[in-house]
Amino acid sequence: MQVAAQTPEIATSSSAGYRWARDAVGVTLILAAGLAGYWLFPDNLALLTRVIAVALLVLSIDLVTGYGGVATLGQAALFGAGAYAAGIACVNGVTEPLTLILIGAVAGAVAGLFMGTIMLRAHGLAQLVLSIAIVQLFHEAANKASAYTGGSDGLAGLMVSPLFGAFEFDLWGRTAYLFGLALLIVVFASLRFIVSSPFGMLCRGIKEDPVRIRAMGAFVFPVLLKMFVISGAVAGIGGALAAISTQVVGLDSVSFELSANALVMLVLGGLGTLYGALVGTVIFMGFEHVVSAINPFHWMTMVGALLIGVVLAAPGGLSGLLDRMSGISRRRKEKRT
Amino acid sequence: MQTALSIAIDAFAYGMALFIICIGLSLTMGLMRVVNLAHGAFAMIAGYIASYAARDLGLGYAVAIFLAIIGTIVISIPLERLLYRRIYGSPELTQVLMTIGITFCVIGITNYFFGPTLKTIPLPGSLTQPVDVGFRTIAGHRLFVVACGLVVAGGLWFLIERTSFGIKLRATVDNAAMADALGVRTQVVYAISFAIAIGLAALGGVVGAEFLPIEPYYALRYMVTFLVVVSVGGAGSILGAVVACLLLGAVDTTGRYLMPEFGNFFFYAAVIAIVCVFPRGFFGRAQ
Amino acid sequence: MSELFRVEGLTKSFGGLAVSRNISLAMQEGDRIALIGPNGAGKTTFVNLVTGQLQPSAGQVVLNGEDVTRLGAVQRVRRGLVRTFQVTRLFSDMTPEEHVTLTVLQREGRATRILSRFHGNSEVAGEVETILSTLGLLEVARRRVREIAYGQQRLLEIGIALALRPKVLLLDEPAAGVPSSETPRIEHALERLPKTLAVLMIEHDMDLVFRFARRVAVLAAGEIIFQGLPSEVAANEKVREAYLGNYAHARSVA
Repeated sequence: MQVAAQTPEIATSSSAGYRWARDAVGVTLILAAGLAGYWLFPDNLALLTRVIAVALLVLSIDLVTGYGGVATLGQAALFGAGAYAAGIACVNGVTEPLTLILIGAVAGAVAGLFMGTIMLRAHGLAQLVLSIAIVQLFHEAANKASAYTGGSDGLAGLMVSPLFGAFEFDLWGRTAYLFGLALLIVVFASLRFIVSSPFGMLCRGIKEDPVRIRAMGAFVFPVLLKMFVISGAVAGIGGALAAISTQVVGLDSVSFELSANALVMLVLGGLGTLYGALVGTVIFMGFEHVVSAINPFHWMTMVGALLIGVVLAAPGGLSGLLDRMSGISRRRKEKRT
Repeated sequence: MQTALSIAIDAFAYGMALFIICIGLSLTMGLMRVVNLAHGAFAMIAGYIASYAARDLGLGYAVAIFLAIIGTIVISIPLERLLYRRIYGSPELTQVLMTIGITFCVIGITNYFFGPTLKTIPLPGSLTQPVDVGFRTIAGHRLFVVACGLVVAGGLWFLIERTSFGIKLRATVDNAAMADALGVRTQVVYAISFAIAIGLAALGGVVGAEFLPIEPYYALRYMVTFLVVVSVGGAGSILGAVVACLLLGAVDTTGRYLMPEFGNFFFYAAVIAIVCVFPRGFFGRAQ
Repeated sequence: MSELFRVEGLTKSFGGLAVSRNISLAMQEGDRIALIGPNGAGKTTFVNLVTGQLQPSAGQVVLNGEDVTRLGAVQRVRRGLVRTFQVTRLFSDMTPEEHVTLTVLQREGRATRILSRFHGNSEVAGEVETILSTLGLLEVARRRVREIAYGQQRLLEIGIALALRPKVLLLDEPAAGVPSSETPRIEHALERLPKTLAVLMIEHDMDLVFRFARRVAVLAAGEIIFQGLPSEVAANEKVREAYLGNYAHARSVA
């Protein structure tokens, strides 16, 4: 299950130093873009924080789909698990933000373990259907357990303590945004590290040809399950961040719609390159904000057309397109020299 | 006892309505190997056409159904030519993305033209009357849906098992290259099967509108239900689709009557259990 | 020399059709056996039975004195029973260096580690380089696999297998699809396989078989009909019949 393997990082050079340098530049660029957002859109910090939370969800899909080759339309189950765990902990008196993030990560990881155990039993279409059924099951469970989750009214009234005891989560969302940005940077850097570890390479191998990986003497199931757990932790951090920054957890955080939208963002940006996940999220949510304010149905038409276009014209997503373009220009340069 | 009976009748009629829609999807998925998540979008288009014909133009119910089926198939032909043909044989994820894209476009465009309101399809007097079946009376519409479902099941079985088109279709499914070499025009077979599948979606969308109301997000709201039904029954199997629709229709309806606060919890729990035990559905073809 | 590997009475039926019948074969350290047979003789089924992709209906597979019949494919690889694929199965976006590195790390149980870097891993770099240079793949070590010649991809298949330090190696048509200009490189690589390794090669190219094998086994209709020296194969009546079928009869009648 894959649209196209996009793996520019091994294309040319494989010296370790080069890779470090490139990751450092990448992370610096994300930081710069994040800070630019802070200065440029001081009135939209709540939206930008939401973008970061969803970006974490999209990154988590990239791990299982882009690197592990397991397509999922139910990833919001893990996001929601993190959001509700953090929310419930907060209402019950655990208000320290870093602890809440940790709780979200653990809850997401446990949910990921559950989801992976079920999904990895099947293949292809059945797997996809299982992912949908699981997110719907979580949704119904969250709805039913209204004593803990607030049901369809949502879980409101989260009072989070100041970060490090010093920085209040203010009305303009400045603290929340900067906190989210810092989280994103840390998670992203860790994920770059993970996908370029032996484990990450093994996952990419499994995505392309599990039979070959078995013939190399490696079991496929435990490796993918591990990826599900990591992915769950990342999604859970996203969910916890959403809960902390909005101080509300709604049923929409465990929905099929959110899962599908996040997958669309990933495909738009490009599978299997963590950068694509970020690019896709920012572009998708930016346009959504502008267009759906005018008419939500125009927005749907646009996303639909975009998806069809990506499938037909740019299977690697935007980052794949960029990569192809840079590949062409590089080859031209090589020819000239 | 009365409650049990009305649950049973409702569940049966609901299951049949689901069947008429889903069997088309089962055909596309099982025979043509395309995960067409936009299947519900075609049912929705048909619902809009029928509603427009019956409510706004004042045409009869039968005419509205006929127009809806023809209109939907006509709309689907260019889509099959331009879009679906590119994804025959592609990985599932590609098919899923493309057909979700089509669904979004259909929702956006229909609502742009028809406005974001619930569309009703007025039933003719003969179907709103209760019908006396001896031991009790049943709403005429329920009987009509059940009859439609039985006719569709029988007709499809006959088409696939007893006609020369059915033979070509099965040959194409088993080995498209070989069928092609034997002179079967596989492209034509695909196009006709696709049109039949869409026509069934259209029929189901209109006659099932009492159970699955035609509204702006219809295509998205029931996308999962249809996909789940087909996966549980086993793609490509008529019998499987019947069993899955009746079973899931029963689980769903009973749940709504007896434990409304649980919503679809048991429905999805049942789905997970079934798919885990039968990854190809009850009657799926081995691949 | 001690016996390293043995299959005994291996039988596999699909439905009522037996595709492997009562196959028995044993190998010692350093053995070089070629398994030949006409198309449809059941060679692929045999490989799948031996490597664990298929479960036999009857019979057993013994590796190094241990019955591995009920073990899965992965467990057999870990015990030293390694195969290559008839049609290369490589990761098109990875480089040969990455393939071999991944395999060596996996052999050492370090391929599932998260907290270490894959590239620039100096501990395995030496071994990876040795393997690649033995096969003459050093100059393409950092090119993507899809950009290198098919013959080089075939060599990489062998390289991956060697990186697992096998005891028994099954080569499934190592020269299949390789242009004849590149076959000498494959042959060269085969000659330099470790001396203690037991190799079972399935091959159609009879020149290669005669140069490589010290023993030949002939599979026809799911049965081993001949085992012996390469020089005796051509003269064997059963083999002639299996390959030439009715033509042989026609001539004997005439």
